[in-house]
Amino acid sequence: MIEIEGITKRYDATTVVDDVSMLIEPRTIAVIVGTSGSGKTTLLRMINRLVEPTSGVIRLDGADNRSLPGYQLRRSIGYAIQGHGLFPHRTVAQNIGTVPVLLGWEAARIKRRVDELMTLYQLDPQAFGPRYPHELSGGQQQRVGVARALAAEPNVLLMDEPFGALDPIIRNKAQEDLLAIQKRFGTTIILVTHDMEEAVHMGDKIAVMDAGKLVQYAKPAEILAKPASAFVETLVGASEKPFRLLSLGRVRDAVETGAAEGEAIPDDASQRDALAELLWSGRPALPVKGADGRPLGRVTVDGLVKRAARPA
Amino acid sequence: MKEAGVKAWLPSLLRLVLVVLLIAFVTNPGWFEPLLKPLTENNAPAIYNQGSLLTLTLLHLRTVLIATVAATIVAVALAILVTRPAGVEFLPLSRSLVNIGQTFPPVAVLALAVPAVGFGEKPTLIALFLYGLLPIFENALTGLTTLPANVVEAARGAGMTGWQRLVKIELPLSAPIILGGIRLSVVISLATATIGSTVAARTLGEVIIAGLLSNNLAFVLQGGLIVAALAVLIYDGLSAIERYTARRMGQETA
Ligand SMILES: Nc1ncnc2c1ncn2[C@@H]1O[C@H](COP(=O)(O)OP(=O)(O)OP(=O)(O)O)[C@@H](O)[C@H]1O
Ligand SMILES: [Mg+2]
Repeated sequence: MIEIEGITKRYDATTVVDDVSMLIEPRTIAVIVGTSGSGKTTLLRMINRLVEPTSGVIRLDGADNRSLPGYQLRRSIGYAIQGHGLFPHRTVAQNIGTVPVLLGWEAARIKRRVDELMTLYQLDPQAFGPRYPHELSGGQQQRVGVARALAAEPNVLLMDEPFGALDPIIRNKAQEDLLAIQKRFGTTIILVTHDMEEAVHMGDKIAVMDAGKLVQYAKPAEILAKPASAFVETLVGASEKPFRLLSLGRVRDAVETGAAEGEAIPDDASQRDALAELLWSGRPALPVKGADGRPLGRVTVDGLVKRAARPA
Repeated sequence: MKEAGVKAWLPSLLRLVLVVLLIAFVTNPGWFEPLLKPLTENNAPAIYNQGSLLTLTLLHLRTVLIATVAATIVAVALAILVTRPAGVEFLPLSRSLVNIGQTFPPVAVLALAVPAVGFGEKPTLIALFLYGLLPIFENALTGLTTLPANVVEAARGAGMTGWQRLVKIELPLSAPIILGGIRLSVVISLATATIGSTVAARTLGEVIIAGLLSNNLAFVLQGGLIVAALAVLIYDGLSAIERYTARRMGQETA
C-alpha cells in the first residue's frame, strides 16, 4: 500500500505539486493523468525520492519512505523513466540487469531473468541481448526500459508514460503483458499517461491532476460518470464517454436470454467491442459464447446502448 | 568503386609507412645518412652522434607519458570534484588555477623550477604537467556536465549510489570527450618537451639544440621530424580510440 499524505513540492515560488493526498491499495494500478506540466512526473518521483518533497509524507506498506537511504529505497522500487533513459554504453542485456547487479544477484540468475523478460517483450535474447540501445527502434528501446524496471521483481512499480512510443498493436500487447504481470506478482503500479483510453483500460483508480492539484481520484466508471469538474470532463473527452464506459464492462455482464444468428462473441470481450461489431455488421443481436464455447445467450444493440447511458 | 577502395586504405598505409620509417630511423639512423648529408657543411656529421636516437626517443616519450598521466589524474579528479554537489563552489577557483597553468609560458616555469628542484627531468615534468592540465580539465568538465539528464536520472532511479553512478555511468559516458582532452595535451607536451633539454632533461630537444649550437641543419631536422612523427601517430591512435568509444554509444563523430 502506498499512502501519499499532504505532499507538496515547491521550486522557489512555484508550487509544482500542491498538497496531494491519495491512497493506493496494494496489488492495484493507479493511473495519473493530466495536462503537460501538471506535476505528474514530480509526484511520481517523490515516491522513490528522486525528488524530495517540500512537505508531506509518503508511506510504503506503513513505513515512511525516508526510513531507508535513497539508493536502497530505489532498488526496491521499479522505475520506468519518461523517455526510457537507457544507458547508451551498455548492452540491452546489461541495461535490463542493472538493478539485479546492484542487488548482488548471481550471474546465472540475472541471465535467466534477463532472458525471461526479453522473451516476454518479444526481443530475442540471442539477437538483441548483445546490442546497444542505439541499435534498437524507439519502440524496442521503450520495451527495454520497462523490462529494466521490472527486472528485480519489485513490489512497487512507477511508470512514466511507458508506452508512448509504441504502435497500437504493440501497445495493446504491452498493456496486456503488464496487466498479466501485475496479476501474477501482485505488483502495485502507479502509471502516468496522456492517453485516456489507456487510463480507463489499465487503472483500478484514476488520479486527475491539474496545475499541481489532485482534482479527482476515483474508479474509472466514476470519473466517467461524475467528473468532478469541467476540466476532468474535458480531459476524459465528453463525446467519448459512453464508449469508454462500455469499454469498462465485459460482454458476460450484458448477456440477455435468447438466441441470435451468426458468429458468436466471447463473453470476456469488452462491451464496447460487442457494440462495434453489432453496428458494423448491421445486426440487432449477437450470440455470446463462454470460454468453453458453450452458448450463453445474446447481446443486443438496445441493451448495450442502455448501458452506455449516464449512470443514475 | 576502385578509387573508393584506395581512399579507404590509403590512410592506414600511410600510417604504416610512417611507423616503419620512424622505427627504422631511430634504430638504424645510419641508413638515412645519404639523405641528410646535403644539409651539413664542412663535413660535419649528418646523424646525431652524442647519444642514441632510440634512447632519446624513449626518454622523451617517458617524460611526456609521466607528465600526461599525472595531469590526467589531477585534471579528471578536479573535474569530478567540482561537478559533485559538495564541490560546486570550487568550480570558479579551480578554473582560474588551471587557466594560470596554461597561460604561464613553459620556459618561465622551467626557469622558476630549476632553482627549486635542480636541473634534469624534474623541471620539465613540472612544466609539462602544468601545461597539460587545462585541455584535460576543460574537456572532463564539458563531458561531466553535458551528460544526458535522462540517463543520469535513470541511474539514480535504479538505485545507484553517487560513486556507482560516477564509475558506471558518468565517466564511461564522458570518456570520448576526456580522451579528446588527453590527446590535445599529449601533442602539446610532445612538442614542449623539447625545450626541457635547455635544463638538461634528456629529450629529443637535445638533438635540436646540438644542431642549433653547431649550426647543423641535419640535426635540427632529424630531431624535429622524430617529434613530429610521434605527435602525428599518437594523435591518430588516440583519435581512433575516441571514435571507437563514441561509436559504441551511438554518438556521431565527425
Ligand atoms: N527541477 C525543477 N526545477 C524547477 N521546476 C521544475 C523542476 N522539475 C519540474 N519543474 C516544473 O514543474 C512542473 C511540473 O513538471 P512535471 O515534470 O512534473 O510535469 P508532468 O505533468 O510530468 O508533464 P509532462 O506530461 O509534460 O511530462 C513543470 O512546470 C516544470 O517546469
Ligand atoms: Mg512527465
